[in-house]
Amino acid sequence: MTASDPHNADSRNADPHKEGTFKVIEIQSTLSEAKLPEKLILEEIESSGYDEDSTFAIKLALEEAMTNAVRHGNCGDAEKKVRVRYAVTPEKVVICVRDEGCGFCPDEIPDPTHPERLSLPCGRGIMLIRAYMNEVEYREEGREIRMVKRNPAKSG
Amino acid sequence: MTDKSPHLTVIEQDSVNMVQFSDRKILEELSIREIEDELFALVSSTPAIKLLLNFSNVEHLSSAALGMLINLQKEVKGAKGKLKLSNINPQIYEVFKITRLSKLFEIHEKSADAMSKF
Repeated sequence: MTASDPHNADSRNADPHKEGTFKVIEIQSTLSEAKLPEKLILEEIESSGYDEDSTFAIKLALEEAMTNAVRHGNCGDAEKKVRVRYAVTPEKVVICVRDEGCGFCPDEIPDPTHPERLSLPCGRGIMLIRAYMNEVEYREEGREIRMVKRNPAKSG
Repeated sequence: MTDKSPHLTVIEQDSVNMVQFSDRKILEELSIREIEDELFALVSSTPAIKLLLNFSNVEHLSSAALGMLINLQKEVKGAKGKLKLSNINPQIYEVFKITRLSKLFEIHEKSADAMSKF
């Protein structure tokens, strides 16, 4: 385990857009290590007043983003790292997942709901992330995904 | 007849193999691969299988699990069998709707409805 202590929030990660203070965790790029940030983030969400549907959405999006980072971004290379930054406030959850791969262009990912692609067994992760999170943005030439889920109980 | 493994319980009733999942979350690749292996073995050992997947116990599903279901459906069709899904909770059904896989699979609200449609 090479994860940094997420409870020691790094002041360099303070967010200028009032998204809360980011915690950072860095893991080896394996699917078993990927469970650690998921566990920590979900623990915070559970104690921050998010309803069942929002928790389901965040869990699904995070699972897909971590799998994409490990499997597609870092191509299963366990020597590479995945860096997760997250800020959980009662108003919203912001999660950034960054891999060390070559990046990709999200606009070039084909639509998995197209009739010709509907029966293919892969390619739905990004679509589900977009469907379940309020904001999704790719940075660093596709190496980082930033996802935001707003708490419906706190939005006007 | 009932057959149980770490991931699945298979109940054979009226010539239908009804599968119940032990896992509440079908998310991780390793367990998905094991589930796929077990289901494929069931399909290959049961000529023209009538297979019903009962999701009553399942609370989470990843895109990798959806991929496994698509592969399973191809396998079942290739073996001249039939596959139906039932008891999918509203949150997971939404995942099927968003991905439009609700059109690809025959989904019933209750297992009894699905059983009567084979």
